[in-house]
Amino acid sequence: MLLDLQGIEKHFGGITALENGDLQVEAGEIHALVGENGAGKSTLMKIVAGMLRRDGGAMRWQGRPVDFTRPAEAHQAGISMVHQESLLAPHFSVAENIFLGCEATKGPLLEQRRMETDARRLINEHGFPLDSASSVYELSPAQKQLVEICRALHSASRLLIFDEPTSSLSDAEAAEVFHIAQDLKERGMGIIYITHRLAELRAIADRITILRDGRTVHNGPIAALSMDQMVHHMVGREISAIYERERLTPGAERLHVDLPGICFTLHAGEIVGIAGLMGAGRTELCQTIFGITPAAHGSILVDGTRVSINSPQDAVRAGIALITEDRQQTGLTLSMPIRANVTLAHLDGVTRNGFISRAEERAVAERFGERLSIRAASVEQPAGSLSGGNQQKVVIAKWLFRDAKVLLFDEPTRGIDVAAKAEVFGLMDQLARDGVAILMVSSELPELLQIADRILVMRGGAVVTELPRSTTQQEIMQHAAVDA
Amino acid sequence: MKTGSATWQRLLPFLSLAALFIFLSVASPNFLTPTNLAAVIRQTATINVMALGMTLVIVSGGIDLSVGAILAFSGTMGAMAMANGLPVPGGIAVGLLCGLFWGVFNGVLTTSLKIPPFIVTLGALGIVRGVTLIISGGLPVVGLPREFESLAEGSLAGIPSVLFVLGVCAVLTHVVLHSTKLGRYTYAIGSNREAAVYAGISVSRYTVAVYAISGMLTGLAGMIEASRLMTGQPTAGQGYELQVIAAVVIGGGSLTGGEGSVIGTLIGAFIMGLLSNGSDLLGVNPYLQQALIGAIIILAVAVDEARKRRFRQ
Repeated sequence: MLLDLQGIEKHFGGITALENGDLQVEAGEIHALVGENGAGKSTLMKIVAGMLRRDGGAMRWQGRPVDFTRPAEAHQAGISMVHQESLLAPHFSVAENIFLGCEATKGPLLEQRRMETDARRLINEHGFPLDSASSVYELSPAQKQLVEICRALHSASRLLIFDEPTSSLSDAEAAEVFHIAQDLKERGMGIIYITHRLAELRAIADRITILRDGRTVHNGPIAALSMDQMVHHMVGREISAIYERERLTPGAERLHVDLPGICFTLHAGEIVGIAGLMGAGRTELCQTIFGITPAAHGSILVDGTRVSINSPQDAVRAGIALITEDRQQTGLTLSMPIRANVTLAHLDGVTRNGFISRAEERAVAERFGERLSIRAASVEQPAGSLSGGNQQKVVIAKWLFRDAKVLLFDEPTRGIDVAAKAEVFGLMDQLARDGVAILMVSSELPELLQIADRILVMRGGAVVTELPRSTTQQEIMQHAAVDA
Repeated sequence: MKTGSATWQRLLPFLSLAALFIFLSVASPNFLTPTNLAAVIRQTATINVMALGMTLVIVSGGIDLSVGAILAFSGTMGAMAMANGLPVPGGIAVGLLCGLFWGVFNGVLTTSLKIPPFIVTLGALGIVRGVTLIISGGLPVVGLPREFESLAEGSLAGIPSVLFVLGVCAVLTHVVLHSTKLGRYTYAIGSNREAAVYAGISVSRYTVAVYAISGMLTGLAGMIEASRLMTGQPTAGQGYELQVIAAVVIGGGSLTGGEGSVIGTLIGAFIMGLLSNGSDLLGVNPYLQQALIGAIIILAVAVDEARKRRFRQ
């Protein structure tokens, strides 16, 4: 047994993050760790990696009781973690980041060249699309994740923890990460794999541990567990893992986009999916329609009228809203209350004679909170204190209050748990019924197939084909990845 | 119980001010006299008015190092206008417009050239001071109308008239910050600039507005200073920017933006004013005074940080 955790406890102030965390990992296995947001997965892993100290329970590493007080001690034991959020130094090169904290030196001097060569060798060994000399701030989220993986690979020898390694990756890149995990497992390492993508787990994991509300509620071989059982253990109640959306007859034309290489129309009541690999230009398309990076050529029509969109203000005025993939960075002002986030894009709606009416603002926020079932103690709670799913609902509420007619969703389910995903889908469906036109970018093909009326596939900055909803993942991937 | 201690810590600046006030009342017989209190108000009025504008700037995530120089420019220009025959209200208007001009200058430069406001206003500090000295030939402007003195030195029912000026400005700034679109956007821009852009807010326009208001308040402070000295002093206000920033920061403003309040800033400015007045009354070495105020700044921010950390957990 590589790692053995029994009855781990952790409290933050009055809040219990972990009550009874059990986990056993063998060498040469991929062990899946799943649970809803807030179930205690990350806390448990931070205890293993020496970033937090446990308040109770027993931890044994290779049979001996251990108590890591610092990450360096866990490193020394051979444990390393690939982090969910990027903990990289943006102005350093890829190679410098891989060696951060364990630089190769000769006397007092850094051995730049050796680190550079070693980093390149590591990158080539796994065939990552990375240049060891480029600065990290130039990289895409997926590439940053690869740098994190390189960093962990460089220092870990026995146990590697992947904390949601694929949440920002396209399917092809995710497949690459699985391949890496598989490879490391065959070399005899233990792998702990945290993810929200349940479907991907069955393909790679050997065993699974499920946490709920800070307790281990199930562990065992993954093959013995059906998807529905997995979800049942996670949420503790019956919900359907698969969302079924009834298709509507599309209404009038809402949005028509005609840009170089990209031409499509969105109708009222329609949800159109956009698939493609990382770097295919999906996010860029959303940003162009929303005026962040205005188009130099081409035209955009809203409700049949040509609009010139040179800034987000123009887009918002035309009734277009963008729900970005990074809601913490661009979607919300975390320190402000829910109330202020909901009204931010449409303060005029609660302003009387030049003054914001707090009472009206609260009423608006409460109304949307109820309609979208945002779970919060009050609308005065800071948006940053909400779970991922509830944060996403606040972003949606903001645009509903603005009365947006066209909603661009960029990775709407990123980092939110199963139950909240179903709620977000339900909401999107309701919006479509209300006559809104929705464009949905997603790297989660099963989700696109469940939700979208039709799917546009992008490659190299252009829409290469349009597929009906009856299409398959294989067909989408063929268009997305292969040059026709 | 937890929220109780958080509230206590939030009230800490106010409690410190009250404690300082009580301590000085007991320690010095000369403190709690109408003459001395009026003097404290007159001495701190300039910094206080400037700090109101700086609160907006700092809440928006910016900084303005040029306020001391703008104060001198506005005071000198307003004084020159009056010395050349413009009546007092006209002279004050000239001062306000000069402040407004440099505020817009800073705002436009930082948003259009995308240069950090620290750099833009550091440069502006030099430019504005230089221009002031060139126009005035480095000489103080004298010969101001007698009634101009009443702006800083006058009294109404025994209360210094600057207190009314400060009160009106403070109430207006507070209302702007808490109940108008401009104020809400100021917090939003300071808390998360990118999210504000993605919410369709014209970040540039509102940023310019913030610097413009700050500039105008600084122009007003320049006229108060000129009235106090009864001269347009081109070298006035040197180092004021640091006192002004300190007042905002002691009052809970965060240099990373998104936090700060008018009440906090006023408390911060009065704490500094009382410290310096009290030290004079108690015969504390003036050199020590400076070190004391420096220590208070660090202490105040350290306490505030501790409060926020606890809140986050």
